[in-house]
Amino acid sequence: MLDFGLLREVLQSLNKNKLRTLLSGFTVAFAIMLFTILFGIANGFQNTFENEFAGDANNSIFIYSGRTSKPVDGYQTGRRIMFDNELYKTIKKEFNNNIEFITGRVYNNVTATFGVERNNYTVRAVDPDHQFIEKSEMKQGRFINSLDLANNTKNIVIGNLVANDLFGDIDPIGKYLDLNKIKFKVVGVFVERTEGTDSNEARIIYMPISTAQKIYGADDKIDQINLTYNPALSEQEAMAFGNKIIDRMKEILFVAKDDQSAIRARNRAREAQEINQFNGALAVLVLIIGMGTLIAGVVGISNIMIFIVKERTKEIGIRKALGATPNSIVLLIILESIFITAISGYIGLLIGGGILNAFNLEDYWITDPQVSSNLVMAATITLIISGTIAGYIPAKRAAGVKPIKALRDE
Amino acid sequence: MLNIKDLHKSYDMGETSLHVLKGINLKVEKGEMVAIMGSSGSGKSTLLNIIGILDELDEGQYFLDGIEIKDLTEKKSANYRNKFLGFVFQSFNLINFKNALENVALPLYYQGLNRKDRLDKALFHLEKVGLANWASHMPNELSGGQKQRVAIARALAAEPKLLLADEPTGALDSNTSKEIMKFLQQLNDEGKTILIVTHEHDISLMCKRIVKLKDGIITEDKKIKQHKIK
Repeated sequence: MLDFGLLREVLQSLNKNKLRTLLSGFTVAFAIMLFTILFGIANGFQNTFENEFAGDANNSIFIYSGRTSKPVDGYQTGRRIMFDNELYKTIKKEFNNNIEFITGRVYNNVTATFGVERNNYTVRAVDPDHQFIEKSEMKQGRFINSLDLANNTKNIVIGNLVANDLFGDIDPIGKYLDLNKIKFKVVGVFVERTEGTDSNEARIIYMPISTAQKIYGADDKIDQINLTYNPALSEQEAMAFGNKIIDRMKEILFVAKDDQSAIRARNRAREAQEINQFNGALAVLVLIIGMGTLIAGVVGISNIMIFIVKERTKEIGIRKALGATPNSIVLLIILESIFITAISGYIGLLIGGGILNAFNLEDYWITDPQVSSNLVMAATITLIISGTIAGYIPAKRAAGVKPIKALRDE
Repeated sequence: MLNIKDLHKSYDMGETSLHVLKGINLKVEKGEMVAIMGSSGSGKSTLLNIIGILDELDEGQYFLDGIEIKDLTEKKSANYRNKFLGFVFQSFNLINFKNALENVALPLYYQGLNRKDRLDKALFHLEKVGLANWASHMPNELSGGQKQRVAIARALAAEPKLLLADEPTGALDSNTSKEIMKFLQQLNDEGKTILIVTHEHDISLMCKRIVKLKDGIITEDKKIKQHKIK
């Protein structure tokens, strides 16, 4: 039954009744446009959140020290807590099972000079694991390794902007950079893909933590301990794991258990949990509104199909008098319905996508508000199905109309 | 060609039922041109609808070309309408978004002919009614007489055994009416069996036989000398 002639009939009927086609098409196009924009914006929100935290491994725990806020064991409040190598080793050993990567951090500000170029930068003295916790990608050369650490070498790894600032077109690998009058050899250049090549992260200089402790007189002190936990841990387990480390550290450093300011931790598990909850709520909301929009579209097209069938009662009567079978009438109307929904739905999709692309919404926490091709496919299939349903009921009714009744319909 | 025996038909009007046809017996041979006359409410349109398989009978028997028309599925009755019957209506009933040629070709589409054959055949019939030059015109660009000729061409396109015309001149002025009747007479002369429902006396005189209906029964059935239009 589905032959070329039927298709021609459908196209002719759509083409010759332009206003009708346009009106019904508009309903669907509008619904799909809203649907697309809504989903795009929701995706944009999710992208923003993902980007916001994408700079670090998403199973990371950053531990900072501060001053005590509670007296304990005769110690007064306001005591400055410092991490040291001993603590670092203890933690690394005791929690080895569930630690993926771990590094200490020592911070320093330096003035770096190469030839006539000079600028101020932050030095982060770290362990080799740092590369994986911060997700630094090597553009050239290598990162700090365990040999550097063992031998307290004066090797450094610089961010791509440091290389740009000081070296310009010169290849920095193997060159010596002057940091506060001490020469360091550049062994690598890194980029931070996820945080962007122009972020502050790109102006960091890394050196072995042992070297920094020696040169800058920090002895065995460590400013910060960063680690990533075993990714197999669930969010709850990861939270518990983080708390266990903090408790152990408080014990070693004579800090009250309920002291919140002496040792603080930023656990990605908690953040991930919060973001996941937010995204989940957002997804449900969008789904409800999106479904509502789609249903409104389907109801709209159903209404129009009922109207169209009513308007065409006479035509249907004529066709039946001339020998059209009920099936051919149903097929004709359904096919028209599918045509309108599919094509105008696609147009709505394009317009919605166009609107999303046309505006820069990054100031409003919406990043790259795209709809995935999967969603587009799903929406198109939904449209075709709903077009069929929307057309079927009125079509069935139309096909059942007695031709004489239809012909008397003036 | 057509044989109706003791046909009854009622319409359900909610609580009461309206007995429209009360035992019709009618036999029409091939090549006849019959006028069915009667005032409104006499049941003539109902009779035509039953003959045209547009409506079902309640009681009695109806044979069309030797086949009993009874308890047909929608599909089968569509098939019979397409094969056996050609309809001409008072209000023309052309499809207004199709041009003259496409209107004529429509029954052929439902016969399953391919596009080229359909259009060739439709053009042949349009030529027969003298409207070949108007093939690409839309119905609203045609006069009443032209519309009715397109409708006749459409009724003929499927080469039906029986042509049914329901007040074919009802919406036309007298000159155009004559023109249409002349054409129907020509078709009859070529051997086509034609049934015309009319309430106009002069139109009935242009047929070969008059069947008068009153209150659902045939009150008069006579052969007359046909008034030929020159």
